[in-house]
Parts: sequence; structure tokens; C-alpha cells
Amino acid sequence: MPLDPAFVGRTYPPTPAYEVGREKIREFAEAVRDANPAYTDRDAAKALGHPDVVAPPTFPFVITYRAAAQVVQDPELGLDYSRVVHGDQRFVYTRPVRAGDRLSVTCVIDSIKSLAGNEVLTVRGEVADESGEHVVTSYMTLVARAAEGE
Amino acid sequence: MSAIVNYDEVEVGTELPAQSFPVTRATLVQYAGASGDFNPIHWNEAFATSVGLPDVIAHGMFTMAEAVRVVTDWVVDPGAVVEYGVRFTKPVVVPNDESGARIEVSGKVAAKLDDRRVRVDLVATSAGQKVLGMSRAVVQLA
Repeated sequence: MPLDPAFVGRTYPPTPAYEVGREKIREFAEAVRDANPAYTDRDAAKALGHPDVVAPPTFPFVITYRAAAQVVQDPELGLDYSRVVHGDQRFVYTRPVRAGDRLSVTCVIDSIKSLAGNEVLTVRGEVADESGEHVVTSYMTLVARAAEGE
Repeated sequence: MSAIVNYDEVEVGTELPAQSFPVTRATLVQYAGASGDFNPIHWNEAFATSVGLPDVIAHGMFTMAEAVRVVTDWVVDPGAVVEYGVRFTKPVVVPNDESGARIEVSGKVAAKLDDRRVRVDLVATSAGQKVLGMSRAVVQLA
């Protein structure tokens, strides 16, 4: 069943704070084999003007992906997640995520389109720190392929 | 945020040093754990083929993470990346052997923007296929 465009603009409650740990950043940087010292060495990060180690540019997805569960599992929206693939991903940063951040994500359904029988859903995740300042926005576009026989 | 690359020394067409990133099954298991994305298409061959894939495929977000390293290694400060987006066009297929697959990434300056920023366009391929489309980063230069 096609997604209802009336859900565009639906905003979900901010998620409980995700506390970014220094070792979690290290674990992620090691997993993507990225040896940039700004991810693991506080002095190197400070030399670049950051108060603590920063996270790689795609790290925020770890947090926004969890938050988007609210949307993809929203029974009213009715997305068939078994047919979903990740189509596009974009981040717009005010600053890099860094160790010690306590981040909350507010998810908004930005758009719903139907293209050649596929449902295309864009979920915007606004990531803010403890003081409410913007850190990064994630735009995740999911494509639900047309079910067979539809 | 301090990049070591100076805006005035960069032209449209300036090429960033290209890189080649290896990815094996072990890499994908490690990335699954670090990212929390345990979709079996990234580690279970029987499952991957049952849903129509040729084999286990890399996480799109892993490929996205590798591609931007061409930018962050160039500017040194990861905080210089102010915008980054990709389209996942083709999967990176990762066979179950020691060599796995490779992701080849090149980038060049596509536009000089206001406020000493540039747009870098990236090209990422694996096994001769383009795996990312519209792969672009906006970078704050010095």
C-alpha cells in the first residue's frame, strides 16, 4: 500500500540523549580503518581547534539511524521495512560530533514520493547537543521497492 | 576548524590524492559491531543470496565513510567538512576470501564557493562499477 503523503511534516519526539564516548569514536574510526589522529588523540584534536576528539563525518548515522526507528516502525505510517533499501544519505554539519556530547535527535518526515511503483521516503534527523545547539542534520532517503504483483 | 589547504591555492579541477580501500568479510563484521547495523546481508552469504544479491555486500555507510577519507586526508581537519552526501547506486560485493574487495576513490574540486569553501566531487568504484552517485562534499578551506 502506498505511503500517505499526509505524513509529510510529521515530527517525532526528541530521542533520549546519546552520550558520545571517546572509546566509541575510537572503535568506529578503527572499524573504518581511519587513522586520522583527530579521532583518537585529544592533543591532535586540540591542535585543530577542537575541545576533544571528534568523530568521523559519517559517525552521526550511528545515532540518527537508531532514532529513525521511530519513523520506520511507526504503525500509522505502515512502511514495509523488508522491502527498504538506503537510497541516499546526506549530512549538513554545524560542527563535528565530539567526545562528551550528549546528543538528541528529532526526526521529521521531509518527503514522501512515489517513483515507478517505489515509495521514496526522506527522514530528516536534527541532531542537537545538551544546550539545544544544532550539531548536524542527517537526511536519509529510503526506497521501498514495489512488492511483487503490485 | 582549521584546514591546511588554502582556498587561494585551489582551482576548479584540482585533484585530491586518490586512494584505494580494502574491504573483507572481517571488515564488515567489525563495521557492523561499531555501527550497530547487523543486517545479515552484510555478513551472511546464504541470507544475501536468498534476497537476490550476488553475495554479501558492504554497508553503504561503510563505503560512504571510506570515500570521504579522500577529503579528510586532504584537509587534515575532519571538522572542515560542512556538508557531505552520496547516493548508493551499486553494492560493493565482498567475496569470502582474504583479499575481499576494493573501493577506489578519487576526488576533484568541482566548484569554488563563497566563504572560502569548495565543493569536492568524489568518484567511488568497486570491480569497475560506480558504487556511489552524486557523491559531494562541501569543505571549509583556510
